Amino acid sequence: MASATEERLFGKSIKRREDPRFITGRGTYVDDVKLSGLTYAVFVRSPHAHARIRKIDTSAASRHPGVVAVFTGQDMTGVNSLPCGWDLRKEKNIPGVIQDLAMVPHMPLTSDAARHVGDPVAVVIADSQAAAVDGAEKIVVDWQVLPAVSATERAGLAGAAQLHQGAPGNVVFRWEIGDRAGTDQAFQEAAVTVKKRIVNQRLVANAMEPRACVARFEEATGDLTLWVTSQNPHVHRLLMCAFVLGIPEHKVRVIAPDVGGGFGSKVFLYNEEVVCSWASRRLKRPVRWTATRREAYLTDAHGRDHVTDAEIALARDGRILGLRVRTTANLGAYLSTFAPAIPTFLYGTLLNGVYTMGAIHCEVTGVFTNTTVVDAYRGAGRPEACYVIERIVEAGARALGMDVADLRRKNFIPKFSGAYQTLVAVAYDSGDYAASFDRMLQMLDYRKFRTEQEAARKQGKLIGIGFSAYIEACSIAPSKLVGALGAGAGLYESGKVRVHPTGMVTVYTGSHSHGQGHETTFAQLVADELQIPIEQVEIVHGDTGAIPFGMGTYGSRSGSVGGTAILMSLNKIKEKGKRIAAHLLEASPQDMEYANGQFQVKGAPGKAVPFGAVSLTAYVPHNYPEGLEPGLEETSFYDPSNFCFPFGAHACVVEVEPDTGQVKILRYLAVDDVGNVINPMIVDGMVHGGIAQGVGQALWEGAVYDDSGQLVTGSMMDYALPKADLLPMYETDRTVTPTPVNPMGVKGAGETGTIAATPAVVNAVVDALAPLGVDHIETMPLTPERVWKIIQAAKAKR
Amino acid sequence: MKLPVTMTINGQKYSHEVEPRLLLVHYIRETVGLTGTHVGCDTSQCGACTILMDGKAVKCCTLFAVQADGANITTIEGLAKNGELHPIQQGFWEKHGLQCGFCTPGMIMTSYQMLERYPQPSEDLIRHQLEGNLCRCTGYHNIVKAIQWAAEHMAKK
Repeated sequence: MASATEERLFGKSIKRREDPRFITGRGTYVDDVKLSGLTYAVFVRSPHAHARIRKIDTSAASRHPGVVAVFTGQDMTGVNSLPCGWDLRKEKNIPGVIQDLAMVPHMPLTSDAARHVGDPVAVVIADSQAAAVDGAEKIVVDWQVLPAVSATERAGLAGAAQLHQGAPGNVVFRWEIGDRAGTDQAFQEAAVTVKKRIVNQRLVANAMEPRACVARFEEATGDLTLWVTSQNPHVHRLLMCAFVLGIPEHKVRVIAPDVGGGFGSKVFLYNEEVVCSWASRRLKRPVRWTATRREAYLTDAHGRDHVTDAEIALARDGRILGLRVRTTANLGAYLSTFAPAIPTFLYGTLLNGVYTMGAIHCEVTGVFTNTTVVDAYRGAGRPEACYVIERIVEAGARALGMDVADLRRKNFIPKFSGAYQTLVAVAYDSGDYAASFDRMLQMLDYRKFRTEQEAARKQGKLIGIGFSAYIEACSIAPSKLVGALGAGAGLYESGKVRVHPTGMVTVYTGSHSHGQGHETTFAQLVADELQIPIEQVEIVHGDTGAIPFGMGTYGSRSGSVGGTAILMSLNKIKEKGKRIAAHLLEASPQDMEYANGQFQVKGAPGKAVPFGAVSLTAYVPHNYPEGLEPGLEETSFYDPSNFCFPFGAHACVVEVEPDTGQVKILRYLAVDDVGNVINPMIVDGMVHGGIAQGVGQALWEGAVYDDSGQLVTGSMMDYALPKADLLPMYETDRTVTPTPVNPMGVKGAGETGTIAATPAVVNAVVDALAPLGVDHIETMPLTPERVWKIIQAAKAKR
Repeated sequence: MKLPVTMTINGQKYSHEVEPRLLLVHYIRETVGLTGTHVGCDTSQCGACTILMDGKAVKCCTLFAVQADGANITTIEGLAKNGELHPIQQGFWEKHGLQCGFCTPGMIMTSYQMLERYPQPSEDLIRHQLEGNLCRCTGYHNIVKAIQWAAEHMAKK
């Protein structure tokens, strides 16, 4: 038995335990799974954005050498629509519903019509990938091409192409939050009001590993195993079994092994894993599908895509009196798994930002278009809210002639812990918004920057600074609350701790790591609590065959929700251990404590039983308390009492090249407050990556559809992802305001950078162009071409 | 029609009959079974499939297997020697240069050639040399630090 560790690992930047397999090329991603008798699936997809299917001729494909089977939607009898897990209907008493959600069907293989480019209509399964590709080319679809609509603001226009019978005018839902009359009143009383169109363009998640699945049905047992790129394998299993295929959940095992990034895009149940699972049952052979990157662009759920008119009402002294927001959210061609929640309850509820406001009203209209579905992408709703607030606040400051930092400082909600009731339903948990902002200003040396900026402007240089004071809701989420808002599921997490007879510990978590480092951070928690060496702790995730249940990883919930579930089980382990040890010591369990890796009589370290001896006794219960079950294994489900609300302040300094419109980032500063931090190295890494994605949206990224519904940016050649030479070193720091919601005081860190960065960068470019008379930029990304045009237009006006 | 190919991968000789259209990356992953080399795109942008072919870092999704006939190839699996990590691998571990790990093999193989050519690279040079490799997790900050760490430690050796 190793000796107890004395130093707490919580808060230490220990190296990641998962890394050795990744840096030596020995991870196991889904496409690495090799099975005997494997078949390969290739999907036939619509080349048109909108087209009726007259006929699909599969005969030549079926005869192609090596082809095992060809299936269309007609073959998949008894298979149901992919479900949407969030309901917005008045009869369900969902708050804020103006017009009910249009629940339209989304079949795994569409039979009547294709509604976006990439919509799958058939699958070819063959003995080799090459034969499947060749077979797919021999499928002939007789298309009747229909008019299409792709642009968000055109979906609801008279005469626009209609996607679904059940959604007249392409309206998915209409929803509101806040106080309409109170907001109208605030605007009447304001000294200054500013209204701006703010477009949050469509993005593609671009996890580096494309989606993939391998389905294996075993006829002898009736068991189906599905390896799939999933952030939440239990949810995949539940939705697929109970809603789509109608197969017994307990005979299906879903494994999400090493997964190469998700960013939300691997949360949802997709057509391909359903079709491959169904086909494997039918063919009684394993079926594998791996997306090409082109398929990923066409079928991974996209993110954002809001067109917003935002108005701010300000008093002469800079107080925010009112905020009015009208948003059209493009949800694509169908309803993805959580789509309706993103532009409603994860967006409107965050519009209070970090500011005291007089009144808020927000109305959102969801629309269908002939484009890929839109759902959660890193931040999911919260980046869109933060972007609206942080852009309109700066526009308001400019209109008032007030410094953008001063206006923010004037309006920050004062420091609090416990609950701050916002005007948009949620109550924040704890915050000290001025603290993070002031720390950022100090790192920046803000006054000095403004002096230098003035000097640079005199030399004709376009240098600007932009801020972003953000808040986000994570630790998702209290089940009862989300149920009342329309969620079809609870949002707790499970954590099972198994202590083996030798004192080794295996932890089974319902969270899933696809880069977050659970195998390290969760082990830090366990080693601390049990005061045993971390080498004795193993973390298992991503396997429904091993883990009781789980809601998975998204919404920055793993540490706060998943971690707390593990802590609860560790406490149960310690309580049971005390009873065993007390029996061995002939002491009372009430007099026992756990310290230094042993169960001891309080204040008497000499009267003790080591952890390992208690573990062994639990499994060899010869001398054992009467009535106590043998074994040392506990399971807990933690359902949070509230969201957690991380916050912080980011700043970006840019220089715009006047002749080319090129934006160069000179400095990027981030002060985040994510509560207590388990592993600072890992949190910093997530902040870095989040910033890069947020900067990417501001400057380069965007999914562009032409008017016919073709995705113009459908490859990595056309969709501009951030590259190393375009980004700076990030200057990061933290303030620490622990949350009272969970015992660790951790809030969540996975999405902060993405939420904060985009408005900071765009605000910086607006500030840089201010000497030319630019006071607003409507549309991202700020590519050289777009910025150059803005500069030319500004010059022409003067 | 199939054609014979023979190549040495990580010191071991492999001979197979392959379709001429088979990409080298699929030969390595599917035929030989070395799955550390990844496929992240179909346009040679992402660099996840970067290997060393006759000493040069190449994206093996851009080559047919038959074009590598007779070549000497090193993949990520061949970089550690006698159970000892290469300093670049160690640097990625020390500096948290990876999160999901999918781009990592390509990043490391690209860095290998970079540090052979430029043993003492500046930050700018590292960033420029990484243009052909995409990472969606790290924002590149710690990848740059990992390569700097490796350069320092390789210089000491």
